[in-house]
Amino acid sequence: MSADPLDVDVLLADPTTQIVVCCGAGGVGKTTTSAALALRAADAGRTVVVLTIDPARRLAQALGLTTLDNVPRLVNGVGSAGGGRLWAMQLDMKRTFDEIVEAHSTPQRSRQILANPFYQSLSSSFAGTQEYMAMEKLGQLRTLGDWDLIVVDTPPSRSALDFLDAPQRMARFLDGRMLRLLAAPARAGGRAYLKVVGVGFTMFARLLTKILGAQVLTDVSAFVGALDTMFGGFRQRAEATYEMLRRPGTAFVVVAAPQPDALREASYFVDRLNADSMPLAGVIVNRVHRSAAPELSGPRAEAAAEVLEGQNSPDSQALTSAVLRIHAELMFVSRREQRLTARFTKAHPEVRLREVPSLAGDVHDLAALRVVGAALAGQS
Amino acid sequence: MPDTPAPDWPGARLHIVTGKGGTGKTTVAAALAITLAYGGRRTLLLEVEGRQGIAQLFDCPPLPYRETRVATAPGGGEVQALAVDDEAALLDYLDMFYNLRRAGRALRKMGAIDFATAIAPGLRDVLLTGKVKEATTRTAGGKRVYDAVVLDAPPTGRITKFLNVTAEVSGLAKVGPIKTQSDGVMAVLRSSQTAVHIVTLLEEMPVQETIDAITELTATGIPVGAVFVNAARASLLSPADQNRAMAGRLGVSRVATGLKLAGLDAKVLAKRLTAEAVEHAQRVGVQDESRERIGELELPTYELPLLPGPIDLADLFELADILRKGGVA
Ligand SMILES: Nc1ncnc2c1ncn2[C@@H]1O[C@H](COP(=O)(O)OP(=O)(O)OP(=O)(O)O)[C@@H](O)[C@H]1O
Ligand SMILES: Nc1ncnc2c1ncn2[C@@H]1O[C@H](COP(=O)(O)OP(=O)(O)O)[C@@H](O)[C@H]1O
Ligand SMILES: [Mg+2]
Ligand SMILES: [Mg+2]
Repeated sequence: MSADPLDVDVLLADPTTQIVVCCGAGGVGKTTTSAALALRAADAGRTVVVLTIDPARRLAQALGLTTLDNVPRLVNGVGSAGGGRLWAMQLDMKRTFDEIVEAHSTPQRSRQILANPFYQSLSSSFAGTQEYMAMEKLGQLRTLGDWDLIVVDTPPSRSALDFLDAPQRMARFLDGRMLRLLAAPARAGGRAYLKVVGVGFTMFARLLTKILGAQVLTDVSAFVGALDTMFGGFRQRAEATYEMLRRPGTAFVVVAAPQPDALREASYFVDRLNADSMPLAGVIVNRVHRSAAPELSGPRAEAAAEVLEGQNSPDSQALTSAVLRIHAELMFVSRREQRLTARFTKAHPEVRLREVPSLAGDVHDLAALRVVGAALAGQS
Repeated sequence: MPDTPAPDWPGARLHIVTGKGGTGKTTVAAALAITLAYGGRRTLLLEVEGRQGIAQLFDCPPLPYRETRVATAPGGGEVQALAVDDEAALLDYLDMFYNLRRAGRALRKMGAIDFATAIAPGLRDVLLTGKVKEATTRTAGGKRVYDAVVLDAPPTGRITKFLNVTAEVSGLAKVGPIKTQSDGVMAVLRSSQTAVHIVTLLEEMPVQETIDAITELTATGIPVGAVFVNAARASLLSPADQNRAMAGRLGVSRVATGLKLAGLDAKVLAKRLTAEAVEHAQRVGVQDESRERIGELELPTYELPLLPGPIDLADLFELADILRKGGVA
């Protein structure tokens, strides 16, 4: 026995649903799904903000995301009799990081930090910064409290788990021992420092200086010094956001494609949500291929195509054999997808699933998003 | 016949394959390595992201940190593969320049290597690209060890940073082995020995990333080779029917006539199968918009078809053959 299909309309209409997080492996349709869910909720009367991470250019335009100022913008052409509205924004991770620094230190300190070369690489290209800042932004939007539903897209990581793990990994690094020790010589006297850390670390620091040059360590040291007041704060903030995700108002929607890798990722993610008692709404299998005539099997269609091709064929026969081959290919693909999905269901019988068909073109306007939204609700 | 240089990138021996995540970088890099091994040549296929993607693709056990043969090519050629590991590369480096292999091991235990590469990501990239350069320029008995080296590289979003090592380590030590190393790597990467190829699908986002990456790479003076359009769908319809279908004029009655001849129940099937064919035509048709944008780049372009998958060794040989027929020599 497997669970009922995922009903997003019930989820979105429930006023206690306050945050919907769309997770999954890269390229499966997280951004598309988040936008479609947010739009559908707004059409149904809710006041929604969608935080997108890396929308395709034309999708961004359709959502009115042309000025990137790291704050939500009202999307034109959305609304309902019930008063629903949709705001959309695109995450600017560097800016979000800068804002945290500015909010937590004096103007002079924050100027120092923002100008520090180590901070600059940290805030623009560090592994995990994007995930961390996405969580931060989510926390900020929630604190603002201007919306009754927040839909969050997640960064295009290789692994869906990164969204949960990267922020804490990064916070651990920022608050961690190594970074403080490296900065220590600049702050405390040498002898006490040696006693605490032992020779291993001294050797390490010396070697680092040799390889990386003294400048890097000076930058790191200055960064840590300027950050002093925030120390410990990174981990606290990351943990607070993580806790927020475990509250009942949050729902995770895991997006996958009917491909082995994407379903494996989804599987890991579902297990992890269970282990951490985080609220999973269900899994979307996106870009599924469906036949309009499943009663004609692939092999039968192929056999019929061969019969036609064997004859000295007029035009209609050539067309029909091509049409039959298209059908056979579609049956082959959809059978394989069904097998893969069935395997997932077998391993996770309790998880609610919803299949969304693959549209013939890209999804980059509100009309196409509404089609995806309807499919998400099982109306396709 | 061996050693005919590809006319599209004369003299290139280091082929760096990038592209948006999931577009088929690993697959195309592997196929290219096979193509370039035809006719008794030796190629080396490298990966640098610690994912063992090559081993998975060739269905063999995880690659050790040692060059290992993964395939033989028609005419006695062979493909060797290596997964370059950043920790191992750092230990090699410490050993080579500081005579510090044992200290290196101790540092690894402390988690110090992770830490060092975290505070200075440029260090990691210099070590990885250093290994790529070493393999490319390696000689034995006065002869090149590899006729060509193919790198399954980081995705388009990170490729320029990864390759532009001099800029990346400019904040690091101004003198010493790292500086010497990065200058040497950069000289090879900017030379005509190198060609960066970009893999894309015929979809908006990967094409956009392709265009952006070409702009960035060109600005750093690293030569761009070709665009590999992967997983392209061909129409199964005749050109005339493909056009009719896209214009919504594919006649259900023509399909019905054929179905009756084949002894199938035309009444129900004709309409549904025609609808499927129209959708097929649309899927093929939307690719043209992307193809046009790629055409504007005026770069050599190779197209590989969407195969039923999952890709196995036989598929790789098929893709390699298509590349060869397409002019990759
Ligand atoms: N021409 C093709 N026809 C059918 N399937 C393909 C083709 N090329 C690649 N694939 C499949 O697409 C998926 C992604 O390919 P691959 O792993 O080569 O991409 P990648 O760019 O290396 O991904 P990543 O960014 O994760 O490293 C794989 O499942 C692969 O088998
Ligand atoms: N159901 C669908 N049918 C057709 N195309 C889709 C569908 N879902 C997503 N796409 C397309 O796939 C591409 C990747 O989607 P995106 O939402 O950006 O993925 P992600 O955010 O997971 O990386 C986009 O071009 C999008 O238009
Ligand atoms: Mg996305
Ligand atoms: Mg890969």
